[in-house]
Amino acid sequence: MARNGKNQGLIARRKLANRFFLFLSVGAAGFGLIWLALILYSLFYNGFSAINPKVFTEITPPPGEDGGLINAIVGSVLMSVVAVLGGTPLGLLAGTYLAEYGRYGRLAFFVRFVNDILLSAPSIVTGLFVYEILVAPLHGFSGWAGAVSLMVIVIPVVVRTTENMLLLVPNGLREAAAALGAPRSNIIRAVTWRAARAGIVTGVLLAVARISGETAPLLFTALNSSFMNTDMTQPMASLPAVIFQFAMSPYEDWHHLAWAGALLITATVLILSIFARLLEPRKH
Amino acid sequence: MADIALREQMISVPERATAIAKGGARDLRFRILTLAAALIVLGIFAGVIISLVIGAMPAINAFGLPFIWTDKWNAVTEKFGALPAIFGTLVTSFLAMFIAVPVGIGIAIFLTEICPRFLRRPIGIAVELLAAVPSIIYGIWGLFVFAPWFQEHVQIWVVDTFADVPILQDIFAGPPYGIGIFTAALILSIMVLPYISAVTRDVFETVPSMLKEAAYGLGCTTWEVMWRVVLPFARAGVVGGAMLALGRALGETMAVTFVIGNAHHLPNSLFAPGTTISATIANEFTEALGDLYAPSLIYMGLLLFAITFIVLASAQLMLRALERRAGT
Repeated sequence: MARNGKNQGLIARRKLANRFFLFLSVGAAGFGLIWLALILYSLFYNGFSAINPKVFTEITPPPGEDGGLINAIVGSVLMSVVAVLGGTPLGLLAGTYLAEYGRYGRLAFFVRFVNDILLSAPSIVTGLFVYEILVAPLHGFSGWAGAVSLMVIVIPVVVRTTENMLLLVPNGLREAAAALGAPRSNIIRAVTWRAARAGIVTGVLLAVARISGETAPLLFTALNSSFMNTDMTQPMASLPAVIFQFAMSPYEDWHHLAWAGALLITATVLILSIFARLLEPRKH
Repeated sequence: MADIALREQMISVPERATAIAKGGARDLRFRILTLAAALIVLGIFAGVIISLVIGAMPAINAFGLPFIWTDKWNAVTEKFGALPAIFGTLVTSFLAMFIAVPVGIGIAIFLTEICPRFLRRPIGIAVELLAAVPSIIYGIWGLFVFAPWFQEHVQIWVVDTFADVPILQDIFAGPPYGIGIFTAALILSIMVLPYISAVTRDVFETVPSMLKEAAYGLGCTTWEVMWRVVLPFARAGVVGGAMLALGRALGETMAVTFVIGNAHHLPNSLFAPGTTISATIANEFTEALGDLYAPSLIYMGLLLFAITFIVLASAQLMLRALERRAGT
């Protein structure tokens, strides 16, 4: 019976270890989620107390005066729209190449690899790149340069989701269309793109969500501007750049506007991500 | 689309031949179009490297490789070295991973094994949504909320407590500014946390339930199943996910710039202000006058790109290998 006692001890020890580590992992979840809850709480608390109609009607003020963020909102929207309009077709076509033509080829492997690097490459380097090719040669910061740097971020996101979504389309659909004698380009446009449409839209929404908070690439491409400006050849304000400038300043009212802008960005990103989730086709 | 080749049933043979030839030509054009788009992706990558090298050339010529281990940063005498920034980048990122990886894995274990079923989806979705929150939000929160609290309630206490303990007294030496290397690392770890837990949970879910059931059948406890079966099976994925997160942390700009203090000398303690490559570029690039200032910043950008490339490429290859194994 001594043996049985030993066994009991071992079982008790294993149970204790089990409890201990599971407790740690619950603790980890609590620890992680509490930080995130605190961040959202301060964001909503400070953001909502700073938001008023003026935020959407007046331009960024000099320190000590009343004002809003409308020039930054307009700049952000303009540059994002241009970036998405330019980046989506390119990303869509490149993703199509990977999923439909390249598949297992060496070139496709290489493009996929490079694309995934670009997907997580530091965005500040993107800013330096666009500065070198657009701002320095043309001697000026501009909304166009800002839009191009955002485009460089949009493209890899769209490429990745397009490829993933096209690969989910069953081959039977392609084969059925081919058996009817359809040329390959028609199969892709009329069958696979259509079947993967919801997923591709998801990718574009995620790309918009991604660029709406991007700050680093805009700092030395679009720069900033304290005036209302819709001329893309001039320096342009954007929400993230204004938040950066205002939060780093010593002025109390600028801090309030920075919180308001932060809330606007987060709300946009969360709404876009939720829409993207709703649209995303279920795997399997 | 209705114009798919043989729309009418009765067409003559030559008509049919031209239709097929037309389709072939259109095919070729479309194929070339998609190929061109794929090549543009490669072109962007090459363009980034080439433009950075050209932009950094004056600084590369002036300072050469010693740039990496020099700790001078003087815009007046135009003597530049990247050591403090490289040091800050590596220390903040690795410290952040040191905190975020265990906690992230803990959250993933919680989500896959412990959490009541009806809470799994909501919490999982919440974590995924938080991974999409832009980094500037973490930065502004760190500056206005976390740093003052940390300074008042934690730093002072830690500095006092460890004042007479060897080694630790140097690691946690005052004065308590609130901002600094340690704060930046904490903010970074909170930022990459949702990311790591989302990836880890996805990898955990690819573990075949038969393996887990077999282990449970042998009498394993939940923890033993996680530690001996799930984690070894998912190792490559977890490591790959953590390295992707490390790549993000290394290049992260906004979450760090707000709270690091932007001081160009080697920090003598974890509470001291420092700088990272991305924070230096973000703070100084638009004001960089002179022949060597901006090129030195671009040189730093090139180094950052090289570091993140190595990390991200290894993560890529690891995850690819895992996918291939899962596919067979």
